[in-house]
Amino acid sequence: MSSDRAIQIVRQMALAMGLPALLFVAWWISSSGSESIFFPPLSNILRTFADVWFSPRIMHDVVPSLVRLFIGYLSAVALGLALGIAIGASRRMRQVIEPVLEFLRAIPPPVLVPIFMLFVGIGDMMKMLVIISGCVWPVLLNTVAGVRALDSVLEEVIRCYRIGMVARLWYFVLPGASPQIFAGMRQALSIGIILMVISEMFAASNGLGFSLVQFQRSFAIPEMWTGIILLGLIGILLAFIFRFVENWMLAWYFGLRRSQRESS
Amino acid sequence: MADNTRANPSSSAMVEVIGLRKSYDDHHRSIEAIRDVTFTVGAGELVCIIGPSGAGKTTLLKCIAGLLAPSGGQVVLEGQPVTEPPARMAVVFQEYGRSLFPWMSVRENVDLPLKRKHLTAAQREKLVNDALAAVDLADVHRAYPWQLSGGMQQRVAIARAVAYEPHVLLMDEPFAAVDAQTRADLEDLIRRLWRSLGITMLFVTHDIDEAVYLGQRVLVLSSSPTVIMENIAIDLPDDRSQLETRSLPRFAELRKHLYAQIQASKQGRRPAG
Amino acid sequence: MTWVRGIGGLIGLAIVLEAVPRSGAVSPLYFPPFSTIMVALAEEVERASFWSALGKTLESWALGLAIAVCAGAVIGIAIGSSALLRETTRSTIEFLRPIPSVALIPLVTLLFGTTLKSNLILVVYASFWQVLIQVLYGVQDVDPLARETARSYRLSRWEQIRYVIWPTTLPYLMTGVRLAAAVALILTITAELVIGTPGLGKELFLAQTSGAYEIMYVYVVVTGIIGVIVNVLARALERAVMPWHSSLRTEAMP
Repeated sequence: MSSDRAIQIVRQMALAMGLPALLFVAWWISSSGSESIFFPPLSNILRTFADVWFSPRIMHDVVPSLVRLFIGYLSAVALGLALGIAIGASRRMRQVIEPVLEFLRAIPPPVLVPIFMLFVGIGDMMKMLVIISGCVWPVLLNTVAGVRALDSVLEEVIRCYRIGMVARLWYFVLPGASPQIFAGMRQALSIGIILMVISEMFAASNGLGFSLVQFQRSFAIPEMWTGIILLGLIGILLAFIFRFVENWMLAWYFGLRRSQRESS
Repeated sequence: MADNTRANPSSSAMVEVIGLRKSYDDHHRSIEAIRDVTFTVGAGELVCIIGPSGAGKTTLLKCIAGLLAPSGGQVVLEGQPVTEPPARMAVVFQEYGRSLFPWMSVRENVDLPLKRKHLTAAQREKLVNDALAAVDLADVHRAYPWQLSGGMQQRVAIARAVAYEPHVLLMDEPFAAVDAQTRADLEDLIRRLWRSLGITMLFVTHDIDEAVYLGQRVLVLSSSPTVIMENIAIDLPDDRSQLETRSLPRFAELRKHLYAQIQASKQGRRPAG
Repeated sequence: MTWVRGIGGLIGLAIVLEAVPRSGAVSPLYFPPFSTIMVALAEEVERASFWSALGKTLESWALGLAIAVCAGAVIGIAIGSSALLRETTRSTIEFLRPIPSVALIPLVTLLFGTTLKSNLILVVYASFWQVLIQVLYGVQDVDPLARETARSYRLSRWEQIRYVIWPTTLPYLMTGVRLAAAVALILTITAELVIGTPGLGKELFLAQTSGAYEIMYVYVVVTGIIGVIVNVLARALERAVMPWHSSLRTEAMP
């Protein structure tokens, strides 16, 4: 590897890591002698991190939370896709349903937690229903928008070559709407994380949100901070995984946009 | 030397358009795009359709293709009336950029219409390979459409139509958006394919030179509401080349005649009788 | 014609909401019929507590949104106009952005309890990113030729921003405002619900815990209506500033 390339890589890494490292050091230093209950030294927090989380707590709290998120999110995506395709395909249906959808999706999802609690108690079902009820909207609305925007020439190609319903869905509708769908799925992911936490803060017996509230109520401050950091890390990790999947599935789309930009 | 000769005495009629009429309802009034179009295309013929802008050439083609329902009259393909896109017909659209699926490779684009045809994977592969070879795109079969030039994209669309093994190929001003040199190559490609595969072709164009160069017959449409102005046989030799055929005196005569017809049709002149 | 169909849809929804509880398919105690909820709404609207709660929610929402928009715009333009700053901050933004603001709820509860400040921290933290990301897109969309021209005329940094960067960025900022407005509302209500700061969320929670379920649904409906109004206003604002269709730009995470 030439020295130019090596310098380039080092420079990129320095830029990427520079500011975060600086902030980390600043936090460490500014909190190191801290006497404040609410802002303990960063060194304390990090020391507590392993004790708190690398323990049965992983199985008791972290895994159930993530499983609920996983199931709720995927269910919401499946539901949103199915409804979105059905609604997007018919202009009449869309016009009838759109105001109803606008109203339902404007209800802040956390508001539904007390409602679901009435019907299904405080167990796993409640939390997954809450996640589904919040995540379905961005997927649904974006799917409708994506289906609407399908190219009319491609639609004529489909008709002219008499391509069947299933093939049409699989080779035309889904891929064609996928850029919009993915935008919706990304919004849904962050909503899902928020709802996962909130549903557990409310009334639960396990989970990340539950742990956080427990720590807060028992004034276990460093532990609480470790919970905040863990949630942050989970958010970052999930966003990373999502971006990875998106880049893979939408490679054709990014390539298409790039070639359009270059030619104009 | 124009006369309404109908060529093709011997071959059976492949496509019959009988009294086709198409009008659109625009809130309060009815706009008649096509009033009365009647003609026949025999098996294996290459017929070109020209007309002034707004003459409803694309509308006519879409009615024949079964993509639009006519308001009156009928289209008959191999003896069967056309009510929806028929199985033995393929269309090449003008907007090549939008007629190929950008999330599929060239190969997958050509393969897609074949999935419905109850063929084995090996048979499909052969059809795709042969079609891509026929349009000289065998080496880019894994590329994506947006990585190719306009002319190549249109060739992919043609390959897709050819692989489908249709009896009739409809082309809607396919080379209008392509540069002159590429257009010349594509015209020769069409003639080559036509001669080797024997497909019946209906070719819509606004370019008079192209119509004369390609066609065995040329149908001239009037302006809207459209009827057929004229049905001219192109009596040029079957072996055509860009350089030689276009410099024949007969080419110039036909061209001049058609040009005059188009001008007349633009001025609203209608056919006699 | 279009809106007639839409009204039809809403009426259909009301009918379903009326019929389902009455049929006994769902317990009418937990899911009161539509008419009951409407009656309760009419009664609730006459009480001062309703308006005070509404006022608190709107205050928190508006203030948090305003802070987030100003901070997002200023920081976004500052970062966006310098390639070096963009490169340096990119990883930090990508790290901080996905951190769910609700993670701060316990901390904020301890520090500020049920005061406005709690709400504001959550709202500003979440909404800020929406605005920032959009403004960054906007600054990058500025025509390089225009920027070159401005530089060659030796316009000051401030003038460059005012005459070149700002006009291009404004539509993106409006999209950011739209997204941030929705997020701000969600977080405000969430904070009221979970922490107990005064507002519509808190009234909802009180209604549920005291078994006054019709009133609980009243507040659900009210938050929905406010959400719709916020969306409609934000979209109108966005369209007023933008000549082309705004739904082309959907974005990002709360």
